[in-house]
Amino acid sequence: MTTATTTTYIGTRLQRKEDPRLITGSGLFTDDVTLPGMVYVSLVRSPHAHARIRRIDTSAATKEPGVVAVLTGKDLEATGVLPVFISVPKQSTSKHMPIATDKVRYAGDAVAAVVAETRDAAKRAADAVTVDYEPLPVVVDATKALEPGAPIVNEELGTNLVFTYPVKGGDIDKAFGDAEVKVSLHLVNQRLIANAMEPRSAAAKFEAGELTLWSTTQIPHFVQLIASLNLGLSQNKVRVIAPEVGGGFGSKLQVYAEELLVGHLAKTLGRPVKWTEERREGYLATVHGRDLVGDIEVAAKRDGTILGVRIRTVANMGAYLQAFAPVSATILHAFIIPGPYIIPAFDIEIRGAYTNTTPVDAYRGAGRPEAIYAMERAIDRLADEIGMDPAEVRRKNFIPPDAFPFNTITGITYDSGNYAPALDRALAMADYKGFEKRRAESKGRGNYRGIGISSYVEICGLAPSKANSALGVGWGGYESARIRVHPTGAVQVFTGTSPHGQGHETSWSQIAADALGISPNDIEVRHGDTFESPGMGVGTFGSRSLPVGGIAVHKAAEKIREKVIQIGAHLLEASPDDVVIEGGKVFVKGVPEKAKNFGDVSMAAYVANNLPAGMEPGLEATVYYDPPNFTFPFGTHVAEVEIDGETGAVELVRYSACDDCGRQINPMIVEGQLHGGIAQGIGQALYEGAVYDDNGQLLSGSMMEYHVPTAEDVPAFKLDHTVTLTKTNPLGVKGVGEAGTIGSTPAVVNAVIDALSPLGIKHLDMPLTPEKIWRATLKSKGEGKR
Amino acid sequence: MAQAITVTVNGTKRTKDVEPSQLLVELLRDTLGLTGTHVGCDTSQCGACTVLVDGRATKSCTILAVQTDGAEVVTVEGLAKNGELHPVQRAFASEHALQCGFCTPGLMITAVDFLARNASPSDAEIRHAIEGNLCRCTGYHNIVNAIRSAAAMMTMSAQSKVAAEVKR
Amino acid sequence: MITHPFSYQAPSTIEEAIATLGRSRDGKVLAGGHSLLPLMKLGLAQPDTLVDIRKIASLRDIRAEADGTIVVGTLATHRSIAEDRTIGAKLAALAEAAAAVGDPQVRSRGTIGGSLAHADPAADEPAPTLAFDAIIRAIGSKGKRDIPAREFFKAPFETALAPGEIAAEIRFPAQPGRTGSAYLKFRHPASRFAVVGVAAVVTAKADGTIERAAIGVTGAAEAPFRATAAERAITGTKGDAKAIAAAAAKAAEGMTTLSDLAASSEYRRHLVSVYAKRALERATQRARG
Repeated sequence: MTTATTTTYIGTRLQRKEDPRLITGSGLFTDDVTLPGMVYVSLVRSPHAHARIRRIDTSAATKEPGVVAVLTGKDLEATGVLPVFISVPKQSTSKHMPIATDKVRYAGDAVAAVVAETRDAAKRAADAVTVDYEPLPVVVDATKALEPGAPIVNEELGTNLVFTYPVKGGDIDKAFGDAEVKVSLHLVNQRLIANAMEPRSAAAKFEAGELTLWSTTQIPHFVQLIASLNLGLSQNKVRVIAPEVGGGFGSKLQVYAEELLVGHLAKTLGRPVKWTEERREGYLATVHGRDLVGDIEVAAKRDGTILGVRIRTVANMGAYLQAFAPVSATILHAFIIPGPYIIPAFDIEIRGAYTNTTPVDAYRGAGRPEAIYAMERAIDRLADEIGMDPAEVRRKNFIPPDAFPFNTITGITYDSGNYAPALDRALAMADYKGFEKRRAESKGRGNYRGIGISSYVEICGLAPSKANSALGVGWGGYESARIRVHPTGAVQVFTGTSPHGQGHETSWSQIAADALGISPNDIEVRHGDTFESPGMGVGTFGSRSLPVGGIAVHKAAEKIREKVIQIGAHLLEASPDDVVIEGGKVFVKGVPEKAKNFGDVSMAAYVANNLPAGMEPGLEATVYYDPPNFTFPFGTHVAEVEIDGETGAVELVRYSACDDCGRQINPMIVEGQLHGGIAQGIGQALYEGAVYDDNGQLLSGSMMEYHVPTAEDVPAFKLDHTVTLTKTNPLGVKGVGEAGTIGSTPAVVNAVIDALSPLGIKHLDMPLTPEKIWRATLKSKGEGKR
Repeated sequence: MAQAITVTVNGTKRTKDVEPSQLLVELLRDTLGLTGTHVGCDTSQCGACTVLVDGRATKSCTILAVQTDGAEVVTVEGLAKNGELHPVQRAFASEHALQCGFCTPGLMITAVDFLARNASPSDAEIRHAIEGNLCRCTGYHNIVNAIRSAAAMMTMSAQSKVAAEVKR
Repeated sequence: MITHPFSYQAPSTIEEAIATLGRSRDGKVLAGGHSLLPLMKLGLAQPDTLVDIRKIASLRDIRAEADGTIVVGTLATHRSIAEDRTIGAKLAALAEAAAAVGDPQVRSRGTIGGSLAHADPAADEPAPTLAFDAIIRAIGSKGKRDIPAREFFKAPFETALAPGEIAAEIRFPAQPGRTGSAYLKFRHPASRFAVVGVAAVVTAKADGTIERAAIGVTGAAEAPFRATAAERAITGTKGDAKAIAAAAAKAAEGMTTLSDLAASSEYRRHLVSVYAKRALERATQRARG
């Protein structure tokens, strides 16, 4: 099959097809779904982080006006446990019931559900449910949870250890034996709360034996699969719709209890049911992200050459293991730590632990930000130790452009890469050379100024199904697409991806348009409805949609193109080799005046009385594309900060980034993804952090306490890019959804530490709040006086 | 006890019986079916529910419906006039100032109020003006661009109106 | 969502409002609602009656009286205060505090009276109210009563208002010539309240020496307070950087500063002196014109 080389629409800043409905308020989000006779669910959640449930008294709640039903864990036992799709070696998997039956394991664990005629009535009645708890000892900290004598969160497992995950390569003992210099850092990668602007919601109706479930999900097909299995419905009778979804960032990459609950209730009550999370409820009951604590040691030569990296990390998994939780802590973390560098020897061991906290799963970047953060902080520490420019330490250790394909020490193969140009451009944008002058000016104002670099490689395009299987991911990493050309030539693309802000309707139509030789305006992209899409879609996460789902669209469009050319050639009485499609016309190369319209050809495919011999009628193609390898986007980010010398407040004064995601389908969307990702990474570096007290109470439990960055907390971003095409897929695309988050966090932290380095400060943990910085400066000034 | 209120919503007078405890956003979404206004938090932080009440950007989750008796309310559904999008709407699309679109209605409404008072704002003023609207997707970069661009569009259209008047 | 039921009245005279309030079990006055409604949504306040005073137009006025007193009606929104030219010229610290409240939407609806009566220890406007020695004129069933700002704020969420009284207007006395003021705030990044907010009012002599200084501090302690030790320390000095820094270092003297997730007691104490210094510098500069 030939691959279209025309890029008429690919690479253009096409306006988004999603926007007209979203800017007029006519988009349908899950909570907008209201049906006649609908009832509403409110959940009773545990105030205790760890307690045995002695008794639940629902009698008062049942008598509240408007109450339809009150359920406890026992009523939902039949719906089975919540799924975990991952199994790393020797994994201890918790039994996670939709509603707790025996004991609660985190503050926010559901203990009962109230169904009522209105939201208010449901909430009032939920307040009337009384639960007799026997509080149990609580463990919040993952390291403490692994110590002997710690309270056991999931007793049936007999341990809080979820897994021990080692990855080794090269001779690590020799590396440290030969080292001229060794540096080490203890790093806390704090717990984060995704705060997608749309709270979670699920609505369901059950009619004529068929369940329709609307959900704020990134993975409607998995929700359909589990709803079917757990609710005892044939899969063809479960329709899951992810309508407009208001951001996800990993927090909607689950099959949640509430989805199964509304499905179960719709089925048993025979009335439409809706549940919508309140934001404070979401802080407790929607998965959190990150939360790793570890030590990194680097062995190097005095000239900056890295010899080996050793890491020991403990990952907090929360009270239960979530759908994809082990992946972020293990696979997507361990394998990418070497980033753009040649690391001759590597040794990592990650242990996962259950604690009495909200479960933790993927959060934008999912393992990769943690990995790059550790490596990029260590590089800066090394540069400081040997007195070398951090940019030069990076450059010295970069994998050279002629070394690709490059097999990393962790056993993966980077197909392509060219890291120095991105570093050079980012440094130029940042006026790296002029920095010392600016530092001196800030000093004159009594402030500290710093500049920080971060160079990353990420692992995207999740994932080759074979690799998934080898790594313990219990499902293939392909993506599906179906293209239907109607007789009139109207084109519909059905994708297995499930966008929630990424603009797939626009980008996929650009991809299909170029393959089909028609305008993107004549292509409709549909997603997020399991009754429309191909049989299985894996969904949208891990910067996979374009390099997997986009390629599926491309390949399906190629199949259509091939058939259109065959039919067109037949109608034009020409050889298919001579026929092209351009601007919606099918014609013999050089003879555009004797063209058939695209619609004439599609009509012919269905009229089917004049087709090439042996050709099947119709014009439709379905593709399941399984990528042969991951993709490896890369880039360098540079942040510059000025710190108030009196208060410790950090101002991010300049931000420059040069990223390489391969071919850009729509540069406008690429930039938007980077902007948002960078802001989220800045949030982790400077502002955000979930804080628990020792009793397992979430102190940062609302938007009043948890600092989601505002427009005044982030600067304008200067972006540039290089284009290194991947050979892994025909479009050379690599994915960009998480790059910003991965690149920005270490750049900002490195900048702050650089600013404080004249005071002898070597490291501070995130978030770098004014008080934390003030205390550090106070301490070092005090020490300086002595 | 429910009481009758009359509110002009997007130019149309609506009389409804409401409970005193009903919030304006609940009146808009649940009673009037205007679901373009969103609820993103419960502590008056996120701004997704922002609407104009008597011309001023207001968090509709922090005002009772009864407090708007006699008031004029404009929601995202009322920004376009006679099928023509408001410059702020056009600018949000052309500058890619929205991704998931959940925060967008509130941000656009805040921008409309802001630009009515400040026709040619600096970027810093724009960022300050939207401090009560959280967006998790865009990093605000393109939202700032869109508001600046809308300001220019509105100024140009005002100038051309003046020019047309002068010609006459 | 507010799940508890209550009755709602919107009388058109203050007398009627007071009478309605008097008849209720635990009625509350509703002004902009930006302090009260968030609490009701969290279930932390469950009044049986809300008396909405929005129809009492006289309470909305901002006006200057013949003796130079500036009277700010209880219903004046933060936004209208921030945008008021007279306040901007004569009571800059008040304008700046009003402009620093919450966010634009909150400033559109929230009122000075609501904020003062609610007495959140981290609210902005109490700081200039204290520093300008404003008088809160309360009206109740027994008539008018003037409460000096210094006696108004008792404890967190507790004021000198008697049950059934409404803070009708806030009266800012005329400031002498060569007076400058400023409000500066270290804000809570999420809630937008003041972790520490300092209003400084400085009157300079013709030769530039400091004749009088008043410093109101909010956010730092259980109730807003006047930094009297710092005021004394700066008075009579030349108001140079050294004198200001020395005075500002005393701004939290004698106070027990709050400690929470946003800032420890120690850090708040430090911020009080940094912000007192910065507010004094700006106010002094303005006093000297």
